[in-house]
Amino acid sequence: MSIGKGSVTSVSISVGIATGIYGISFGALSVTAGFDLWRTMALSLLMFSGGSQFAFVAVFATGGASALPAAITSAWLVGIRNGFYALTLAPKLGPKGLLRAFAAQLTIDESTAVSASRENSEEQRKGFWLTGLAVFVFWNLATVIGALLGSIISDPKIFGLDAAAAAALFALVWPRIQKSTGAIIAAISILGSTLLSLYLPSGFPVLLAAAVAVSVGFWLDRSKS
Amino acid sequence: MNTWLAILIGSLSVFSWKFLGYLLPTRLLESNLLSKLASFLTIALLAGLVGLQTFTGNQRLEFDARIPAILVAVVLLKFRAPFLVIVIMAGATAAFLRLVF
Repeated sequence: MSIGKGSVTSVSISVGIATGIYGISFGALSVTAGFDLWRTMALSLLMFSGGSQFAFVAVFATGGASALPAAITSAWLVGIRNGFYALTLAPKLGPKGLLRAFAAQLTIDESTAVSASRENSEEQRKGFWLTGLAVFVFWNLATVIGALLGSIISDPKIFGLDAAAAAALFALVWPRIQKSTGAIIAAISILGSTLLSLYLPSGFPVLLAAAVAVSVGFWLDRSKS
Repeated sequence: MNTWLAILIGSLSVFSWKFLGYLLPTRLLESNLLSKLASFLTIALLAGLVGLQTFTGNQRLEFDARIPAILVAVVLLKFRAPFLVIVIMAGATAAFLRLVF
């Protein structure tokens, strides 16, 4: 994405629209996984982190109510990177009190990226807040549209929504598996969770396979340096 | 577990990372180990879900139209297609194959 070009306002709004719009796919997939319109909207409003939301819904889709603890754990672990964004943003934004809670909620990939692409501190602040708000507004609007579209579809398989869900998750990991360590971690995790799902109750395969894959990742990383 | 409760706990747990980052000292960023853990975990969890959503169904292996759909997604990703295009084309591929076969 050509994030640095144009005024900070126009960049923020275009990133907000471009990113927000794929809330349509989240809304549709969430409804397909078994959440109703209100629960789907609550996820986008309250959780507001694409990767975590997709993970939560995907784990729920594999096992329903019994998979909810694993869905929470997966969403939580996927969300860890937002904590790192917050660390980098804290000195730039310096939010206090209630403003800090709002800043935290808007701390996601896109608001961090736009802020980081700016040189002077005023634009960094402006870029963060505008992008965060724009993504928040468009993501939540698109979620409603997607959920309504998804709920009028009787059999999600006829429209390939199950394949669309897999592709959405894959597109989210894609930029992170362009280096060999990332690709190996992903391969182990794909293979491991698929095979473990034959033997373990839903939710656990992903967590266990991820633990193995991350360990291998650290081992590869250590033997490289 | 109640789904509303799960949504609230899940949202609060995701928020906890975001909020924690504003409270902790910035020098934690220098920890290579932590940033690698965050990056590796994201890859591993999302990839694991890709595996389940592509190759399984009803607690067993199911190879069907989802596999060619993912291959289409890979080609589109190589050509840097936008996210929404990838998602729609993957869905359309599976839908088309199911209609024809």
